[in-house]
Amino acid sequence: MNVAATLLAATGSLEPAARSFLSPTGQEIVFLLVGIAVLGSAVVAVTTKQLVHAALWLVVALGGLAVEFLLLTAEFIAWVQVLIYLGSVVVLVLFGLMLTKAPIGRSPDADSKNRWVALAVALASAGTLVTLVVDAFRTSWIDLGAGGGSASVTGASLFRNWVLPFEALSVLLLAALVGAIVLSRGSKRRVPAPRAGRLRAGRPVGSNGTVAATAPRPAPEAPAATTPEQEG
Amino acid sequence: MNLLDTLLRCVATLVVFLTFPLVIGQTEHKVMAHMQGRLGPMYAGGFHGWAQLVADGVKFAQKEDIVPAGADRRIFQLAPAVSLLPYLFVLLAIPVGPNGFVGQAVDAGLFFVLAVLGVGVIGKLMAGWASANKFSLLGGLRTAAQLMSYELPMVLAAASVAMAAGTLSLPGILDAWQWYWLPWQIIGAFIFFTAGLAELQRPPFDMPIADSEIIFGAYTEYTGLRFALFLLSEYVGILVVSALTAVLFLGGWHGPMSDQLGWLWMLLKTFALAFVVIWLRVTYPRLREDQLMRFAWTVLIPLALVQLALTGIIKVAIS
Repeated sequence: MNVAATLLAATGSLEPAARSFLSPTGQEIVFLLVGIAVLGSAVVAVTTKQLVHAALWLVVALGGLAVEFLLLTAEFIAWVQVLIYLGSVVVLVLFGLMLTKAPIGRSPDADSKNRWVALAVALASAGTLVTLVVDAFRTSWIDLGAGGGSASVTGASLFRNWVLPFEALSVLLLAALVGAIVLSRGSKRRVPAPRAGRLRAGRPVGSNGTVAATAPRPAPEAPAATTPEQEG
Repeated sequence: MNLLDTLLRCVATLVVFLTFPLVIGQTEHKVMAHMQGRLGPMYAGGFHGWAQLVADGVKFAQKEDIVPAGADRRIFQLAPAVSLLPYLFVLLAIPVGPNGFVGQAVDAGLFFVLAVLGVGVIGKLMAGWASANKFSLLGGLRTAAQLMSYELPMVLAAASVAMAAGTLSLPGILDAWQWYWLPWQIIGAFIFFTAGLAELQRPPFDMPIADSEIIFGAYTEYTGLRFALFLLSEYVGILVVSALTAVLFLGGWHGPMSDQLGWLWMLLKTFALAFVVIWLRVTYPRLREDQLMRFAWTVLIPLALVQLALTGIIKVAIS
């Protein structure tokens, strides 16, 4: 539990368990209610048969999480959550859904046969996390002060105490980025650049995942976010 | 900060949110008309058609609110609100004058503003998908692609200012502002303003609503008040992007006698930028979709990285 102790020391003062759970403050009640809403929308997101609705319920769940972060005074993390998850990840999910298949109404084939396995994995990982957190913090109490999760506090903690995990994660993300570029480029075969002045009969645009025959030159290393464009 | 104070600030923000876009819209009517050798609205209200947008609003309110038979009803109806409300929250965080003349000083204000602006895309995607119309879907897809591409240079340009100021708070950035930031951050200003235009889908970046190709993009099926809400969100967007550019790059309330007249400088800069937005609409033809993407990924992002490096070097040199 050394890690948890460091984390606690970094975030706020520790007090012995001298408080009662029976007289919650308004903040705690709101926290619980939002938590229930997040849980509900997350469950609907995985059980609904309408594909796009699932993605939109995900928006509600992730937005609710941002509210939870705010209630825990982790302001910076809350805005990161909104920027990355609501503004980018869900938009990409929606974009992908609409490019492939997004019928209005129910999709009867939306259920996977793996759902019981998925449920088991989800329950197991949730159980592990809950056990870990409960065991780590027990009845300790963190006093939340305003500004406890401001950008400067978060930055100082991140770059003083957690530099190594931060850098390791950034290397991991870089690897994922390079991998995405390699995958999206497809096979090694390159279509030669078209000669000027003559109409060139090429393969249909976007076939085989290679660069379009009509493009003036091979696209430079476009990051992954542009690839849906080429498919579309 | 007591309850009354908070309430007053919220009401003031709401009033700005409801009136300033109309001023910008009316300016667009008249400025565009004069640039094209026309007079524009002249009758509504008497004096140079000042009440034209009020009349438009009344007209929109009277129209029937139609939901297409094949549409996804609830999402179709929800989409205008999702697209409009983020701008209201953003307005709350933009500082107007010195000494706390701001709706609500948010600690990570710059981050907050960029994050919440990004949520508006979801509303446009919802509108495009739920309309059950191919043109709408295409418009929604183009919107999403455009906004994903231009989000990155916008965030990078804003990050450069945050680096220069050493803070993410918008009032904090203005407190740290010096006149020489103007030439120092000029590339960033260009990138931020251009990317902002693209996020608003204003000409020349109005591919998602290109009327000659896909009718009116995601908004094709909308009528009445819901359509008006989408239009309103576009004009609030102009206000927000102009105000943010003024705050980040033009020094916001800085100017002669800024203690008394700070708010006036801020308003002047904002409306000058809004005028430029209108001017650009009249000046440039629409970009093609591939030109749009190439511009973002091969021009704006490298430029933003150059600006970021420049900011870092000078920041280290002067500190």
